[in-house]
Amino acid sequence: MERTRTARSTAPAPRTPRGRRPGPAPWLLLAPALVVLGGLLAYPIYQLGLISLFHYTQAQVSGGEPTTFEGLGNYAELFGDDRFWQVLRDTVLFAAACVACTLAVGCALAVLLTRVRAVPRLALMLAALGAWATPAVTGSTVWLLLFDADFGPVNRVLGLGDHAWTYGRLSAFFLVLLEVVWCSFPFVMVTVYAGIRAVPSEVLEAAALDGASQWRIWRSVLAPMLRPILVVVTIQSVIWDFKVFTQIYVMTNGGGIAGQNLVLNVYAYQQAFASSQYSLGAAIGVVMLLILLAVTLVYLRLLRRQGEEL
Amino acid sequence: MTLVSRDRGRRVNLVRRSVRRPGRAVAEAVALLVAAVVAFPLYWMVLSAFKPAGEIESTEPRPWTLAPTLDSFRRVFGQQEFGRYFLNSVVVAVVVVIASALIAFLAATAVTRFRFRLRTTLLIMFLVAQMVPVEALTIPLFFLMRDFGQLNTLWSLILPHIAFSLPFAIWMLRGFVKAVPEALEEAAYIDGASRTRFLWQILFPLVLPGLVATSVFSFISTWNDFLFAKSFIISDISQSTLPMALLVFYKPDEPDWGGVMAASTVMTIPVLVFFVLVQRRLVSGLGGAVKD
Repeated sequence: MERTRTARSTAPAPRTPRGRRPGPAPWLLLAPALVVLGGLLAYPIYQLGLISLFHYTQAQVSGGEPTTFEGLGNYAELFGDDRFWQVLRDTVLFAAACVACTLAVGCALAVLLTRVRAVPRLALMLAALGAWATPAVTGSTVWLLLFDADFGPVNRVLGLGDHAWTYGRLSAFFLVLLEVVWCSFPFVMVTVYAGIRAVPSEVLEAAALDGASQWRIWRSVLAPMLRPILVVVTIQSVIWDFKVFTQIYVMTNGGGIAGQNLVLNVYAYQQAFASSQYSLGAAIGVVMLLILLAVTLVYLRLLRRQGEEL
Repeated sequence: MTLVSRDRGRRVNLVRRSVRRPGRAVAEAVALLVAAVVAFPLYWMVLSAFKPAGEIESTEPRPWTLAPTLDSFRRVFGQQEFGRYFLNSVVVAVVVVIASALIAFLAATAVTRFRFRLRTTLLIMFLVAQMVPVEALTIPLFFLMRDFGQLNTLWSLILPHIAFSLPFAIWMLRGFVKAVPEALEEAAYIDGASRTRFLWQILFPLVLPGLVATSVFSFISTWNDFLFAKSFIISDISQSTLPMALLVFYKPDEPDWGGVMAASTVMTIPVLVFFVLVQRRLVSGLGGAVKD
């Protein structure tokens, strides 16, 4: 713990050259960013909240029918719907499983990378970059083909006959999970690997000379030093995996048979654009926003506790 | 990567090697095996793109083909306006990457080189903005684009993507701008350089590697975007982008696997090329951003 604190305190705090007042300069530099973010992020968030309070369906969108204020009626409808709770639970469990697998695979491979010589390291790096670079849509279709009941190689190798992975609820989720982990572990692996490389070798040498085992070095030296990085990749993974859309949409064909594989994002999309229940979709969006906001607050608290200077 | 860090890496390896020699062969075998497994889906994608139709739709799939053919690619490029979709995707991605990099550079400079009121508040807001589920905003953005008559135009894809890649880009660039010594700035002003001149002729080139690493993220999220393309380009398919073009071949009940895989290959290659080009900067860039 002591060591981490020293490592942290070496980060230079931002300083403004003394004797010069910033004046309007920073605001001029910030202006383009603030305009874009205000118009295309803040304003839509406000609109999202507004739409969720009105009755907004196809008639209001295209027919010009007047919109009626519903108050929290949409939320009442949503929370009274068993479907919503089911989807919410599935989303949380699915995201948790994805995050756990991604972190485990990513960290394990990052450690592995430090143990091998250049050629295997390059091979693994390139393969991971390839998976990382693959667009979600193409990744989804490729994994579908790999696990295809008739033409896929996986069923042949495993001797599963024509077992259809996308029919069962759990097996469909499992298939999507594999694809998500495949395309998101490289970020964790590369970041953690870069972090391990940045640990001063003297520290590791000293630990090794003191006779610490590999596991001990990892647990007592590397893990605390890597804590800031682990926090970053964990939070990023939570955010990404909670919002998975493309993979579910493509691999389970819009949420699975009878909606058995819906997650919040896809559910909101289906409500809004397939059933024209824009206000219900917006209410689901607000729920997602609040959940992710809570995650962010936890993140900020962790950052503060680490004493990171903003 | 600098000489110093490479040297340091070697020393770390040396230490580890002395500690755990017999394990290394196993570790290397595992690394190669994992690399093969991770690369396999991509291999299968390219392979299937080149397989003749009869071999893809075979219940005895083989991991090779003796009769590679370009049939699937011909079908893909013969489809409606695939070239047009490709071009649309490129235009959207390039505009987003350049615009968000420039805007983020200015903003990152403001929050790292100046101390002013609300600075910390702004930083926290940029952090919070990263977490906003973009997908949830599809509904209000749809109405916004409709009200401004931008539905079915490439702007309906470009503008939101600039906005959504900005917070992360600013957050990541911060570390790179901070790393440029204050003394350099002082020296430039003493030599009579104006603020603008310092910004573009001194700071910008120094931060460029960071900009490249950052642009990877905006490029990927834009290139891969599926939801906005599906929601905002509704009637004028000449403005469509690649992900939508790909799904033309993918009908859940009767997918044209050859076509899907050929289109997937065409869509993946530009990203791969981009990645390989910036790979080194990405690894060091992530290290820098995270270390900071």
